[in-house]
Amino acid sequence: MGIHRGGQESSAPLTPRSKSGYAHFHLEGSPGPNTAETVLRAWRHKEKGMSDMRFEAPATVDAAVALLAGAKGITRILAGGTDVMVHLHSDMVEPELLVDIKRIPDLHGISKEAGGWRIGAAVSSMQMMDHTEFAKAWPGIIDGVKLIGSMQVKGRATIAGNLCNASPAADSVPSLLTAGAIVSIAGPNGKRQAPAAQIATGPGKTTLGKGEFITSIFIPDAPPHTGSAYLRFTPRTEMDIAVVGVAVSLTLDNAGKCTAASMSLGAVAATALMVEDAAKALVGSTVDSAALDRLAAAASAACRPIDDKRGTKEFRIRVAGVLARRVAAMALERAKGN
Amino acid sequence: MARLYVSCRINGDDTEYLCDTSQSLLDVLRDELELTGTKEGCATGDCGACSITVDGVLVCSCLVLGAEMSGKSIETIEGMAKGEKLHPLQEKFIEHVALQCGICTPGLLIASRNLLERNPNPTEEEIRFWLAGNLCRCTGYNNIVDAVTAAAKELRGA
Ligand SMILES: Cc1cc2nc3c(=O)[nH]c(=O)nc-3n(C[C@@H](O)[C@@H](O)[C@H](O)COP(=O)(O)OP(=O)(O)OC[C@H]3O[C@@H](n4cnc5c(N)ncnc54)[C@H](O)[C@@H]3O)c2cc1C
Ligand code: FES
Ligand code: FES
Repeated sequence: MGIHRGGQESSAPLTPRSKSGYAHFHLEGSPGPNTAETVLRAWRHKEKGMSDMRFEAPATVDAAVALLAGAKGITRILAGGTDVMVHLHSDMVEPELLVDIKRIPDLHGISKEAGGWRIGAAVSSMQMMDHTEFAKAWPGIIDGVKLIGSMQVKGRATIAGNLCNASPAADSVPSLLTAGAIVSIAGPNGKRQAPAAQIATGPGKTTLGKGEFITSIFIPDAPPHTGSAYLRFTPRTEMDIAVVGVAVSLTLDNAGKCTAASMSLGAVAATALMVEDAAKALVGSTVDSAALDRLAAAASAACRPIDDKRGTKEFRIRVAGVLARRVAAMALERAKGN
Repeated sequence: MARLYVSCRINGDDTEYLCDTSQSLLDVLRDELELTGTKEGCATGDCGACSITVDGVLVCSCLVLGAEMSGKSIETIEGMAKGEKLHPLQEKFIEHVALQCGICTPGLLIASRNLLERNPNPTEEEIRFWLAGNLCRCTGYNNIVDAVTAAAKELRGA
């Protein structure tokens, strides 16, 4: 077997694997793993010839909303396209209209505002990783972003797209939830805001209405002595889909006692989950071994996973606990360092 | 539906093409512009054979639409050698036998050049990490890493 040392273990180029993260949720209309069949479908797609799909790249949010709201059939936003292109080419979806939002200047840039950071919906994962100040403020979010595919994929993939694609295994989402991220949404009825936790409702499904799309994601400033971290379990070290993902964010007081904590789990239910008992497990403790035991138990108890070829229910439940401990220990070290 | 008109720069040359709205940039390069140096291994973002840069950013051209490229600057393998003069990465790939069948090579060269532009002195781990999205079925990767290390050294003038 070919071992790509320090990178990935690769078996065959057409190895079954879902980059859309739907592998363990074989719902109708959702992409299966990236099997040889998906690839063949992508190749066959080309032989079909010209498509009727309309492509638009508006320069303003209002123009994008008008296009989306005015379309009769299926529409898709094209951000980084790392999910959309795979869906298009495997004929999973044939939109009437594709709206490229990357020509809208307002959607670019990572900016510091009063009370937090604003990440435009067109910002790529690579731009986030390269932003040292943001990476220092929210290392847990960057832990997740770094795991989104290859460098090539990170050069394009956005976190808004990762959230809206609504894969339960999306790697940037658990940390967005623990950070308390708020998304700004534009639509035919004006602008609104919603917690990131209220966007995905199940694999491929969101609460966004017709004509609505996310323009930016706001990440509140963390209090002093806050640390955040994300880890996932995958069968391969890189370029794989989370079987379980755990994000923890915790805050210490000057004496090293935990004053606030949140935890989110990915890939163990139809959407990323917030674990309400995480605060109960950690707050008031010094995040010692007993507190970590309580946190691990809370993580395992919150899982509502399914069996699939990538992991059984029992395995996922157990790994969620193991990862919760490790992630909290990472977050603790980071909290002590700032 | 009418085909879309796109004007961009490819390897420094002003280029115009017509494309279908669903055509990937990879298909535009290969089928419309006859720039067949960029290869297709999967068409789903997994193999990296189609790697190119757009405005200096490394991407899979199979995950980009031709329609998106108005005003963009694209670099493909065809622009890597300057006339007869090979890029140091190309020379080192030959010297270190970093290829066998060659299907992964254009993508690996583009990805490696992008790495060295960002980080002129990468560690072995950084090289392997950066190239993790470029699959090679033939070499076992070690010769590729050696070639990139040697080219980096030459480019630094070390
Ligand atoms: C080879 C490969 C490996 C991958 N590995 C991973 C991985 O390990 N972990 C992981 O989490 N993901 C992985 N992914 C998927 C990841 O790249 C995507 O989920 C990405 O983050 C989506 O962002 P995008 O900008 O590319 O979205 P697009 O593909 O442009 O859009 C995705 C979906 O979201 C919608 N959308 C996009 N932006 C908005 C918006 N602003 N408002 C409303 N709707 C919007 C689109 O209509 C579409 O339905 C992988 C992908 C590939 C190709
Ligand atoms: S052809 Fe684009 S990644 Fe394989
Ligand atoms: S040389 Fe054959 S795939 Fe790399």
